[in-house]
Amino acid sequence: MTAVTVGPTPLARLGRFMADNPLVPLILLLIGLVVVLQILQPGVVNSRWLANTIKVAIPLAMLAACQTLTMLTGGIDLSAGTVATISAFATATLTPLVGAPAAILIALSVALVIGLVNGFGVAICRVHPLIMTLGTALIASGCLLVYQRYVIATGTKIPDFLVWLGTGRTLGLPNGLVLFLPFAALVIWMQRRTGFGRLLYALGSNEAAARLSGVRSWQVLLSLYALSGAIAGLTGLLYLGVVKTPSLSLALPLDLPSVAAAVVGGTSIFGGRGGFGGTIIGALILTVLGTMLTLMQIPEGGRRILFGLIILAVTALYIRLTEQR
Amino acid sequence: MTESEKTAPVLDAEGVSKRFGAVQALRDASLQLGKGEIVALMGANGAGKSTLVKILTGALRRDGGHIHIRGAEARLNSPAAARRSGLVSVYQEPSLIPDLDVADNLRLGRTPVEAFRHWVAEMGIPDLRLDDVIGDLPLATLRILDLARALAAEPDVLMLDEMTAALPTDLVEKVLRVVRQQADGGRSIIYISHRFAEIAAICDRATVLRDGATVGNLKIEPGIEERVVELMLGGKVAPVAGEARHAAAAVGAAVPRLRLRGLKAGTRLADVSFELNRGEVLGVVALEGQGQDELFDVLAGNRRPAAGSVEVDGAPVSFSHPADAIAAGLTLVPGDRAHALLMSRSVRENIALPLLARFRDWGAIRMEDEAARVTSAIERLQIDTRAQGEVRRLSGGNQQKVTIARWIAKGVNTLLLFDPTRGIDVRTKRQIYGLVRELAGQGAAVLFYTSELSEVPQACDRVVVIFNGRVVDVIPAAEADEATLMRAAYGLSRAGTEPA
Amino acid sequence: MMRLLSKNSRTVGLAALLALLLVATKLIQPDFGASGLESLARAVLPFAFATVGMTIVVIAGGIDLSMAAMMAVASVTAAVLMEGASDGQAALAVLGVLALGLAMGTINGMLIVLTRVPDIVVTLAMLFVWQGVALLILNAPGGGAAQWLRDLVVGGVTLPGLPTALTGWLPKAVVFLVLAVAVIWVPIRRSRLGLMLYAIGSDQLAAYRSGIPVGQTRIVAYALAGLFAALGGLSVTMGTGIGEPIPGPYLMASVAAVVLGGVVLGGGRGGIIGPVLAVFILRLVRMDLTLLSVDPNVTAIIEGTITVAVVMFGGLLAVRGMQK
Repeated sequence: MTAVTVGPTPLARLGRFMADNPLVPLILLLIGLVVVLQILQPGVVNSRWLANTIKVAIPLAMLAACQTLTMLTGGIDLSAGTVATISAFATATLTPLVGAPAAILIALSVALVIGLVNGFGVAICRVHPLIMTLGTALIASGCLLVYQRYVIATGTKIPDFLVWLGTGRTLGLPNGLVLFLPFAALVIWMQRRTGFGRLLYALGSNEAAARLSGVRSWQVLLSLYALSGAIAGLTGLLYLGVVKTPSLSLALPLDLPSVAAAVVGGTSIFGGRGGFGGTIIGALILTVLGTMLTLMQIPEGGRRILFGLIILAVTALYIRLTEQR
Repeated sequence: MTESEKTAPVLDAEGVSKRFGAVQALRDASLQLGKGEIVALMGANGAGKSTLVKILTGALRRDGGHIHIRGAEARLNSPAAARRSGLVSVYQEPSLIPDLDVADNLRLGRTPVEAFRHWVAEMGIPDLRLDDVIGDLPLATLRILDLARALAAEPDVLMLDEMTAALPTDLVEKVLRVVRQQADGGRSIIYISHRFAEIAAICDRATVLRDGATVGNLKIEPGIEERVVELMLGGKVAPVAGEARHAAAAVGAAVPRLRLRGLKAGTRLADVSFELNRGEVLGVVALEGQGQDELFDVLAGNRRPAAGSVEVDGAPVSFSHPADAIAAGLTLVPGDRAHALLMSRSVRENIALPLLARFRDWGAIRMEDEAARVTSAIERLQIDTRAQGEVRRLSGGNQQKVTIARWIAKGVNTLLLFDPTRGIDVRTKRQIYGLVRELAGQGAAVLFYTSELSEVPQACDRVVVIFNGRVVDVIPAAEADEATLMRAAYGLSRAGTEPA
Repeated sequence: MMRLLSKNSRTVGLAALLALLLVATKLIQPDFGASGLESLARAVLPFAFATVGMTIVVIAGGIDLSMAAMMAVASVTAAVLMEGASDGQAALAVLGVLALGLAMGTINGMLIVLTRVPDIVVTLAMLFVWQGVALLILNAPGGGAAQWLRDLVVGGVTLPGLPTALTGWLPKAVVFLVLAVAVIWVPIRRSRLGLMLYAIGSDQLAAYRSGIPVGQTRIVAYALAGLFAALGGLSVTMGTGIGEPIPGPYLMASVAAVVLGGVVLGGGRGGIIGPVLAVFILRLVRMDLTLLSVDPNVTAIIEGTITVAVVMFGGLLAVRGMQK
């Protein structure tokens, strides 16, 4: 009934601390993991390793931006990996035909369209985002297979600047940061300092309350999923430069880690809490964790189990924390 | 019935208490029920009646006290456990499974079909088919089925919560007859109702709760209404605290800010008409579930009316979304803070929410402007923001202030307040009354539903009283003492005045 | 009679649609006959089991996104256990896999009830977990299946004493499906437990007030889904002779079949027959497109579009229903 000041149980205190300073425990966890890594294999942690970790974490963090933004409203975008793959594949195959700028434009438009379809299903038809985005991913990957049959003969070319962006290094730091830093700044600015960003939190926190305040949620959701599609498309471009070989399953291995990165980074899967800052740390944590699992020769199956359990455990913990009214 | 039989109660609840956080909902509630007795359980809003009902049905666990049924300690951990202890309830909302047919519902509850059929026919629904799906049946029928199912279970104690609420008059009579027959046959019944006429017709006694404790146990006899109202008020007849106001002078002078004609919505709001002027605080008084929820929902654009019209400044309006109502200047502070607040967000974000709702406000936030508006609203309401961070950490009173501050920051035109002072401390209440008067003084129109009748003279200019979905009385603030309002809310006519 | 018909109009309509599609298939491919029917039924079998399992949780008000992943676990476990095993050992392996399915489903259900995390999130996480388990058991398609088991679903029915012409058109796979559903689901549906499953999906509060143990009933629903996932996984292995660690497109197909079959997402309504007919229809559409020599990838697109359209339409209807 009446919310009195929360009783100071240790769990509640931890929850309050986490809510006020979400990045502190995450950064501590990250440092802890790096220390463990160094102990597991002394000497592995060096500047080369650092640059490489950042390079690998960037596309993951960008794809996780899709999950973060949609999760702020209580949604999810499971088509992000597929959209990134399509965007990358379209760019690589269209560049020899129409040149790089036009190819990239087409690729991003396709990504936007898929996002709009998701938005239509979620915002207007009120289909659960999970089912909707899974469904569009299925259709889109079918389209990709068909498309691939028609372009297989034309060959592929990856625009040079994407390669530079994906694999190049300046002053020991990966060039990907040239794209990523402004991107991250923009996303964080949007989520904190724009009306749209605030409405994402509002919808995820209490959709009925947002409605009573005059928010038409369909407008927000439609725009959100379109934006998520566009971000996934952009990620695909960058990832193409990183991997340098277009394939039909290019960014699909990032699908699950992108959800995990957002969840680990403190964004609640029920909406209303979290943000992209945490997600970036989450992506770094998962990348370090990935290195560790590789060092320990954990097979792919073990990784999936671990990621699945992480998502479940973190979500269950959030429920415990937020129920302390 | 002999006196000796009555002395060994079938149900004996003694000293039941229950606390929610800082709120002591029940302190010392007791209820005795003899064999073959019908006892009316009564209490004003917030007296703890619904908490006691929830404890009896197993929805809540009591903190203290004893409940015995036929001398044995009753285990009331769940509805199933309550049933095993011999207590069966008929809830306000039917508890039948909507997607299953009647027969399957009976099987689920292990209800004997023949007994069920007997009672259904007895109460005037002879042509019920067992393969009718529950969801297709009208509400009135469902309530009868629920009652018949409860009767067929042959419980020691039957609890009926607002049993006659959604029923047409002919069914009410049949139900009352059956209930009385049941009691004459030896069953003990707890009867919860707001309707004195029914209570007088069938009940033996009335147990009255006030402030979480049982304050009276009356035998039903002529003139009982006055005694019950007195007990619910606690013997105090509060003097009218508000100064005489003259806002009523505006009535008829200009076009009213808001005019309702014959408004009807849902099953409860039947036919409501009134006018609200600029600079006026119009109180709304009603017992629970008399249609006031639907009324506020319609005005806030959260629900469409089934009939009737709403005019704002003389122009008819029709809202399909709360955004439409807000555009017309009608802003709602809902009764449940949980419906209004973004619990996981900050005070600032909560207050600024309506400023960003429209598509054209989606861009960069003008932080200084927002900060200025939010700060001034916080200051005006004296919100204690020491507990920065999430709104859910604020006290109830401060949370309530945030829900109002939101509209202050946006700019108030017509404010719809639904029970804004329920469960908050006296100081905050005073602040809210002061604010409401101040807003009216600046020309805003305020519609103010409250469940705390003593507040009315302090905050309002006039009061409309709604009973059974209709306006039964309009009372000027000067005459709106608690006793008058209570009588009117129970549909008892006021001496010397005609219902509006 | 009319009342019965109108009550089951959805099922009747689906059956008519299926019949119509079969006729269309015959027109497209004049020599479509017993063998065509047989291969259709065999292809449908895993989809049908996934659909039955999904239907049960959806009726109970949940959803199980880990359906296909559990099928993969069952499939690889069966294939690994049966590789080079004797008939008797294979039979034990089958029992073991069914028990495994029940266990996986029970774990799903218990996690949902105990953690109070919504169904859709728990089963999404478990989707990844079961996928990982399947990969750990078998890294690539492999293993084997006992011949007698394969014979259970391959070919037409032959009964001693009856001419093959009379029974041969009926695929064994259909008989297997019907038997499995009849043995497991029908008794439950007829019992009070069946009603309880519908009740918690229809209105949880009313169910609780009617004295139903809501949590336990939910766990049962997920356990049953796990059992049918095991049957689905087994039928993958029975049909192909190997275990598949990467789950097929069973998840989306089963959700689409459930919605198309008249089971409302959200629970409480519908039956098993509708979704099973729907899954046959969806597979038959695919087969017809293949027969029309449409690119199989285009076929996948069309199938996916139908799926998404069905779900979106269902969503729109639900929105309409709420506004009323």
